[in-house]
Amino acid sequence: MTEEILIAGFGGQGVLSMGKILAYAGIMKDKEVSWMPSYGPEMRGGTANVTVILSDEKISSPILNKFDTVIVLNQQSMDKFEGAVKPGGCLLYDPNGITIFPTRRDINICRIEATRLAAESGNPKVFNMIVLGAYVAVKGVVETSSVQLALEKSLPERYHKLIPLNMQAFTSGMELVEKEFLVE
Amino acid sequence: MAEVALMKGNEVVAEAAIRYGCDGYFGYPITPQSEIMETLMIRKPWEETGMVVLQAESELASINMVYGGASSGKRVMTSSSSPGISLMQEGLTYMAAAELPCLVVNVMRGGPGLGTIGPSQGDYFQAVKGGGHGDYNLIVLAPASVQEMNDFVGLGFDLAFKYRTPVMMLVDGIVGQMMEKVTLGEFKPRWTKEQIEQNAPWALTGKKTGAPAKYITSCFLDLSQLERVNEHLQAKYKVMKEQEVRFVNNDCDDADIVIVAYGSVARICRKVAQLAREEGIKVGVLRPITLFPFPTVELQRLAAMGKKFISVELSAGQMVEDVRLAVGNDVKFYGRTGGIVPTPEEILEQIKKMV
Amino acid sequence: MEVNEMIKPENLVVGRTSVLKECPMHYCPGCTHGVVHKLIAEVVEEMGIQDSTIGVCPVGCSVFMYNYMDVDMAEAAHGRAPAVATAISRLNPDKYVFTYQGDGDMASIGCAEIMHACNRGENIVVIFINNAIYGMTGGQMAPTTLLGQITATTPYGREPKLHGYPLQITELIAQLPGTCYVTRQSADTPAAIRKTKAAIKKAFMNTRRGVGTSYVEVVGTCASGWKLSPENANEWMRQNMFEKYPVGDLKDI
Repeated sequence: MTEEILIAGFGGQGVLSMGKILAYAGIMKDKEVSWMPSYGPEMRGGTANVTVILSDEKISSPILNKFDTVIVLNQQSMDKFEGAVKPGGCLLYDPNGITIFPTRRDINICRIEATRLAAESGNPKVFNMIVLGAYVAVKGVVETSSVQLALEKSLPERYHKLIPLNMQAFTSGMELVEKEFLVE
Repeated sequence: MAEVALMKGNEVVAEAAIRYGCDGYFGYPITPQSEIMETLMIRKPWEETGMVVLQAESELASINMVYGGASSGKRVMTSSSSPGISLMQEGLTYMAAAELPCLVVNVMRGGPGLGTIGPSQGDYFQAVKGGGHGDYNLIVLAPASVQEMNDFVGLGFDLAFKYRTPVMMLVDGIVGQMMEKVTLGEFKPRWTKEQIEQNAPWALTGKKTGAPAKYITSCFLDLSQLERVNEHLQAKYKVMKEQEVRFVNNDCDDADIVIVAYGSVARICRKVAQLAREEGIKVGVLRPITLFPFPTVELQRLAAMGKKFISVELSAGQMVEDVRLAVGNDVKFYGRTGGIVPTPEEILEQIKKMV
Repeated sequence: MEVNEMIKPENLVVGRTSVLKECPMHYCPGCTHGVVHKLIAEVVEEMGIQDSTIGVCPVGCSVFMYNYMDVDMAEAAHGRAPAVATAISRLNPDKYVFTYQGDGDMASIGCAEIMHACNRGENIVVIFINNAIYGMTGGQMAPTTLLGQITATTPYGREPKLHGYPLQITELIAQLPGTCYVTRQSADTPAAIRKTKAAIKKAFMNTRRGVGTSYVEVVGTCASGWKLSPENANEWMRQNMFEKYPVGDLKDI
C-alpha cells in the first residue's frame, strides 16, 4: 500500500499540522512516512501545501506531481492541483470560497464544508481536524484510534486537554463528508 | 527499545548532536536551516549534557567559535545555508590547515548571490573542491533522508576526529525541511577531560608541567615547512580516498543506464528508475554518500560493464564533472536551478532520449 | 666582586619569567609587543596559572606570539580572536582565556567580533595593542591612525574626507554592559610599564570573579612603521597619541 497525498490551502489553515498528524498516524500503524512542505517565506496567508506519503515500503521520492488524493482548501489550490490527481484518485475540497468547481470526470470528488462546520462549532481552529476526518472517512488509510494516538504523541502535554475537542471535530468531518461524484 | 520519532531533517540534526555528546553549537540564523538552532534552544542541552549553544553575531564569528572550540579538543559544530557557508570559507581553510575537527551542516539554497530559499545543490564545487583558498579538502557527506541526517552527525564527528579535519554535511533544502520517521540514537556522554586528552592529544588543554606548551596554527612562513604541511594533508586525503568512500548502488549492475545523483535528487531518481523499468528500460541509481572522497572506483567498475551515465542535479552541472573524470566525457547531464526540483516524469523524458 | 660571583643564583635580583620561552623575539627594536608579552607572562607566573591559561593570538606582528609564550595558544584568523576565545572560554570555564590583538586586527577587520564578545560579557581578557599603524604589512593606515599621520596608504597624511576619523574603539567598548574593566595604559616608561602590569593582573584576576570581559588597551609604538628611532618614537607617542588616546581607567566595576 502506498498513499500519496497533497494538502493545499492558505497558510494559517493548519495545512502543515494536518499533514503532520496524518504522518504521525501513519507511524502509529507502522508505516513509512514522509512529510514535505512547500516552504516559503510567508508566515501567514500565503499559499501552503504539503505532500504526505504513507507506505508499507521505503519511500523513494518525497516530491511528486501526481497524487492519489489531493485535498484542496482554496481556489488557488483548486486551479493549480485539480489536474494533479491521478486518474481514479480522489479530490477532496472545502467549497468555501470556491467559485470554479472541479470538472474532471475521471476522479472521485468529495466535499466537506469544514469552514462552515468549524465556524458553527464556535472554534475555527479545529478546521483542519474536520478536513482530516473527512479524508480518513473517504480513504481509510489510517484509523481513528491512530489519529487519537498521533495527537497524544505529537502535541506537548500542555495541549492534551484539547484532544477531545479535536477528536470531536475529526468525527464530525467523518460523518459530514459528501461524495459528490464517483467514478465507476 | 530505540526511540522512533517523526522529525524534520533540520530538527533531528539538533537532537542527534545532543545525543552524540556534542560539546558546542555556534550558529547564525538563515533559512532554510534555522530549525537547527531553534530546536537546540528549545531543548536547552546545557541543562542536560552541558552542551554550549550560542547564537553568534555572524557566520564569520560562528566558524571561528568552532575553530576555538575545536582547538581545545571539543566536539563542536555549526550549521548554515549557502550564503552563510560562503562567509565561513575563511574559517574552514584555516581549520583544514590547522587540522581541526568539526562538523559543518550546509542546508543549501538556490544561488548565486542571495538567491532564494528553495532547494539547491549549487554548492557542490564549493564543498568538494575545497571552498576557501589553498590546497585542501573537506570530507563531504550527503544525506538523503531524515534518518541519514541523524546518523551522519555521529559519523561526521567520528571522521572529523579520525582525520583531524572539518567534515561537511551537504544537504539540499528538501532533506532539511522534510519530516520522516527516524530512529534516534542512544544518549552518549560528552567526552571527559581524560577522554579529550586521549582522543585529541594535540588539543589545547593547558600546559602540563615538564611538557612543552601546545599551539594551534595555520601559519608556516618557511616555504619548505609549508610544503611539508601540504604533503601531509595530501597524504591524509589519499587515505580518505582509499578508505572512506561511501555510496549506495541501487540496481545499477543489471541496468543499461545509471543515474548518478545525491541527496533528495537520488530519491527522486529511484522513482524514475521504477517508472523506467515499468516501461522496460533498465535504469539504476548510483548515490554517492561521500561526495569527497568520490565513488570514482565504483563508477569505473560500472563503466567497464558498458553502461551509459547521466548525472541529475539541482545545479547547472557540477558533480557531472567528477563523473566525467571517472568514466570519460560521454556522460549526460540534467539539472534544474533556482530552487526548482525536477519531477520524476521530467527526468524520465531525459532517460528515454538516451535509449 | 668578580663577574663569576655576581651571576650566582643567590645574587639574582631580577630574572626572565619562566612563562616566556628562552628564544629571541622577532620584534623590531623599540617595539611595545615584547614588553607586553613579558608582562602577561609575569602575571601568569605570579598567579600560578600557567597550566590553566589559553591564549589566542592575532594576525599581525604578534602572529607568532605562541613561539614566545609558554602557555597553550591558538592562532586565529585576522580579527577573529574574540570569537575563538568565546568558544574556548565557554567550553572550558575553568581556564583563563586571553586574546592579544593589534589595532588593525581588532579595531578594523575584527570590529564586529570584539564588540559582540564584549557585549556578551565573555569571561575573557582582551589585550589591545594600539600603535596607530599596520606593522606587519608595512606601515599602512590603521583605524586608530591619527589625523594628519603619514602612513604607506595615507602618504599625504590622514584626512577625514578621504580616510575617515581615528576610531576610539576603547571608548565604545567601555559603554558595553558586558565589560567589567576597561582601561588604557602605555609602556613608554618604567612607571607606565608597572601600571600596565597591574592592569593586566587585575584583568586576569577578574576572570576568577567571572563578572564580564576585562579589556586592557596598551598605547604602543611602531618605530619602524613610524620611521623613527625607538627613543623618538616614544616621544612622538607622548606628544601625539595621548591626546586622542588618554591613559587611564574608563571603567572598573
